[in-house]
Amino acid sequence: MFSRDNWNEIFETIRKNKLRTFLSGFTVALGILIFVVLFGFGNGLINTFDEFFGDDATNVFYIFPGRTSMPYKGYKSNRQIEFDNEDLAEINKNFAPFLEYSTPRIFRNGLVKYKEESNNYTTRAVGPAYQFAEKTIMMKGRYLNQEDIKNKTKYAVIGRLVEQDLFGAHESIGEHIDIAGSAFKVIGVFQDDGGDNEERNIYIPYTTRQLIEKNTDKLDQIIVAFKPELGYAGAMAFEKSLNDFLREKKYISPKDQNGLFIRNVADQLKQNQQFARVLQLIVAFVAFGTIVAGIIGISNIMVFVVKERTKELGIRKALGATPKSVIGTILLESIFITTISGFVGMMIGIGILSSLGEKLKDFFITNPNINLGTAIFATVILIVFGGLAGYIPARRAARIKPIVALRDE
Amino acid sequence: MIEIKDLHKSYKMGSNSLHVLKGINFKAEAGELVAIMGSSGSGKSTLLNILGMLDEADSGEYTLDGVPIKNLNETKAAKYRNKFLGFIFQSFNLINYKSALENVALPLYYQRIPRKERLAKSMKYLEMVGLKEWSHHLPNELSGGQKQRVAIARAMVGEPKVLLADELTGALDSTTSYEVMDLIQKINDQGNTILVVTHENDIAHMCKRIIHLKDGVIEKDEKVKQVRASQYV
Repeated sequence: MFSRDNWNEIFETIRKNKLRTFLSGFTVALGILIFVVLFGFGNGLINTFDEFFGDDATNVFYIFPGRTSMPYKGYKSNRQIEFDNEDLAEINKNFAPFLEYSTPRIFRNGLVKYKEESNNYTTRAVGPAYQFAEKTIMMKGRYLNQEDIKNKTKYAVIGRLVEQDLFGAHESIGEHIDIAGSAFKVIGVFQDDGGDNEERNIYIPYTTRQLIEKNTDKLDQIIVAFKPELGYAGAMAFEKSLNDFLREKKYISPKDQNGLFIRNVADQLKQNQQFARVLQLIVAFVAFGTIVAGIIGISNIMVFVVKERTKELGIRKALGATPKSVIGTILLESIFITTISGFVGMMIGIGILSSLGEKLKDFFITNPNINLGTAIFATVILIVFGGLAGYIPARRAARIKPIVALRDE
Repeated sequence: MIEIKDLHKSYKMGSNSLHVLKGINFKAEAGELVAIMGSSGSGKSTLLNILGMLDEADSGEYTLDGVPIKNLNETKAAKYRNKFLGFIFQSFNLINYKSALENVALPLYYQRIPRKERLAKSMKYLEMVGLKEWSHHLPNELSGGQKQRVAIARAMVGEPKVLLADELTGALDSTTSYEVMDLIQKINDQGNTILVVTHENDIAHMCKRIIHLKDGVIEKDEKVKQVRASQYV
């Protein structure tokens, strides 16, 4: 069945029936092309989505103090809760097995000056671990370290845009900037995937901030990161016990909605992932539809091809072609065409996707791509169904009596 | 060579049954040139289709070169057709995207003869029908007579026991018809057995024996004095 002679016969048929070859090849190539491009666009959407929401670490709780709204254990309501260094130390001590890292955060807005240039920026007084919570990327210099915290150094790490605004083309590392009246030495410049606003921040050691503010020990917020191996359920349990612990320590009623807030990124992450999953589902559905349309297209063409060849097949049968060889010829021809054009369509699709890259970012499509395995799988599916679609009418054609086929005009 | 006993065939047309062949008996020896004549509807084409294993009889016996032809499945029928029979059709039935040479070579392809040998042999037969120079032309570049001669070469190339021709001159003008009949007579002179179905008297008289069919039975079976076609060419 696979002798050279058979292939010669098939190639000759293909060569001499260009329209037919083109039609079936085009259908398959187009089907695969659309599938690959659509699927790639879907993945591009998901990439954009990840970029939007994947900026910060996802195993992080942000703990905000609030104002109590009910009396508890002898304390009146409407009491402002404040965190201090001791709270942070207690959390670190009591929850050590769950914690990956923790850091306080103190926000201040202020005028920042360098020589003639000045602007208003947010200064975040933090610990070294804050770099992981924000997924801050260092461009040059270094981030704050434990020594800076201990020695209350007047060092600052500035965002890329802060450097651009204040220093222009000048080198910033080692220079001193004036932050709300105090001189800080720039030790590092960072960038952040979170966008321009993130890159207009300045980080300083939280202990330095406390020293400037009359040696206070107050903290605005506490950020803790749990160990990722806790999983979603573990994280939720950790959140609950952390909540109970802080309420107990700060005398906040367990029922008080306003005394304490914990923002759980893991919870948000789960929602976001669900959204991404729905996106993926829609993409998969559309891609599946494309493949089905492709299968229907190739089936139609195969029926047409066999119909068109009925008389020829009758002649061949009169001259001694067996039903097996009739089916074999049609099948091999259709599989050959679908395979070649399927892979051509696939390669063009992958080529289009990789040439797009970031060009469609305005339409929320980033780096559209398709897993090669998925593309090949879809191509093979189409080939198999193309073959099947050829087989059914071919079998029928092989069964018609030659005399009936010969009368077919 | 061919032996037929009490052959019956009817076609179902909805609820009616049309009895086409009502008990045909005849024998043809090797080297005969037989014309089967009859008006349209007499059953001559049906008879030829059954002889050609393109159609099946309802009952009766059919022996070809000592081989009983019965209970054939499609595959076996295809092999017998390929080995025993050569077909010539009124409408030529050449494959339009293949050259004359490739059309002639097709029966040999199904005999699994290697390509080179196949083409060499086909060329020999094309030469015999006088179309060597046209071997690489497509059927639509040939005249009707040329097409029929290609079809004759194709029928001959597999060296069959019997040639079956169905109204082979039906689509040709009389001059071309005589040319084709001249070729048929020459092939017959070499000892080949040929059955020609026709409704034209002059074509029938160029054979050696005429069987007259009427309403599904043999009305008359006569040996005739052969008129040589060459005298008209």
